[in-house]
Amino acid sequence: MDKIYLDHGATTPMKEEVLEAMLPYLKGHFGNPSSIHAFGRESRKGLDEARRKVAASLGAQPEEIIFTSGGTESDNLAIQGAARALENKGRHIITSAIEHHAVLDTVMHLGKNGFDVTILPVDQYGMVDPQDLQKAITADTILVSIMTANNEIGTIQPIEELGRICRDKEVYFHTDAVQSIGHMHFQLQDQPIDMLSLSAHKFYGPKGVGALYIRKKTRLEQLVFGGGQERKLRPGTENLPGIVGLGRAIELACADIEGKKQKLIKLRDKLIDGLLEIDDVLLNGHPSQRLPGNVNVSALYVEGESLLLSLDIKGIAASSGSACTSGSLDPSHVLMAIGLDHQTAHGSLRLSLGESNTEEQVDYVVEVYKETVTRLRKMSSVFKK
Amino acid sequence: MYNEKVMDHFQNPRNVGEMNSPSGVGEVGNMKCGDIMKIYIKVKDDVIEDIKFLTFGCGAAIASSSVLTEMVKGKTLQEAEAITNQRVADELEGLPPAKLHCSNLAADALHNAIEDYKSRAASN
Repeated sequence: MDKIYLDHGATTPMKEEVLEAMLPYLKGHFGNPSSIHAFGRESRKGLDEARRKVAASLGAQPEEIIFTSGGTESDNLAIQGAARALENKGRHIITSAIEHHAVLDTVMHLGKNGFDVTILPVDQYGMVDPQDLQKAITADTILVSIMTANNEIGTIQPIEELGRICRDKEVYFHTDAVQSIGHMHFQLQDQPIDMLSLSAHKFYGPKGVGALYIRKKTRLEQLVFGGGQERKLRPGTENLPGIVGLGRAIELACADIEGKKQKLIKLRDKLIDGLLEIDDVLLNGHPSQRLPGNVNVSALYVEGESLLLSLDIKGIAASSGSACTSGSLDPSHVLMAIGLDHQTAHGSLRLSLGESNTEEQVDYVVEVYKETVTRLRKMSSVFKK
Repeated sequence: MYNEKVMDHFQNPRNVGEMNSPSGVGEVGNMKCGDIMKIYIKVKDDVIEDIKFLTFGCGAAIASSSVLTEMVKGKTLQEAEAITNQRVADELEGLPPAKLHCSNLAADALHNAIEDYKSRAASN
């Protein structure tokens, strides 16, 4: 069987249509969008068109979209930018324990530099309790950042409710929606969201380009200084091929969300059901409030990296929250935040499905996973027969 | 990230399994770091006649346990005691730097097993 890619949470392959859209800007249209001559105007057209596509896909206005280098930069601009703009109003920032490091580390950095930080806990499924947010907001709170859906366990937060609480208390609400684009419908002009981060390569677009939605009248200070591009919030000559690719990718991603979602959910649940039939395999994350393509399970008595390596040998690409693959000595902060013990966290495996996966692949993956877990358990020092 | 020799030991681990009535058992590691190695030895006339391992851990942990058992089988206790974690890594023709300290503990488990054998022998 051909290689099976089940790591769409890490990145997705770029679509042919996206490449087609980008090619003219890699080859012919090289002009600087800031130039007033014909070359510049040609490029400006592509830039404006991409901005319109992003805005239309999210139910926002084009002037509310700022292009960046990706999710990490968008998160940094939203959080640091708002913190700096509002530091005379208040110095308290709220986030959750399961944020991506692009949010969590940015907030912690501000915490070391004169801001007060509250990190909201999550329940065993990775859900933030809106009441906890309600209680955490003080007169000093300026910003709340809670992700739309989690990258590791796929849990979808009640962002409308969380955003409403912030709106009522006149506190900015930012959400990292990097994993959510193409999986849920946004109509930002009607939603209580002030800022939203996204990244093209998570929805079949190119790497190195993202965007930040910034609701009109939201105060933000620039982090990088230079020219006047992107309303001065993100100076520097635009990554035009990337931006055009992002525009095309989001247009495709946001077409027929419901149809694609149902197809993915069917595959996801088939995969989950197959894996959970194996003894001592547990589901991490929420049973229903989860991203359509996200599966995260832990096999007890087995360590995640050895599981990943074994699956890779069999042609299956996945990821794990084990310490050995996180680049630190601790297992994933998300798995610890939902209360897993070390063994369960070390044995975690994330399989994130995408548009190209099939039912046959799911059957094969279940079979190989079962064989691999059985083999590794036989050599495990902690396996209890 | 792992070389061929490491991958070979990871995929085809030598001397894996439990041992009935071993002369000594040694265990190292903890669940927090994610590696737990258990080494069983059978000793006769100061020679390690048989050795087995069980490991919960990453690729490096499994491979280093496996290669250690090959290095030790048939060696005298004195020779086995001289084996260090570094020598195990060298035998594997190198491990990624991040793995050298957290997952390369097989020699420690062996030394604990020898210690266990000696204390059992002393109390007999």
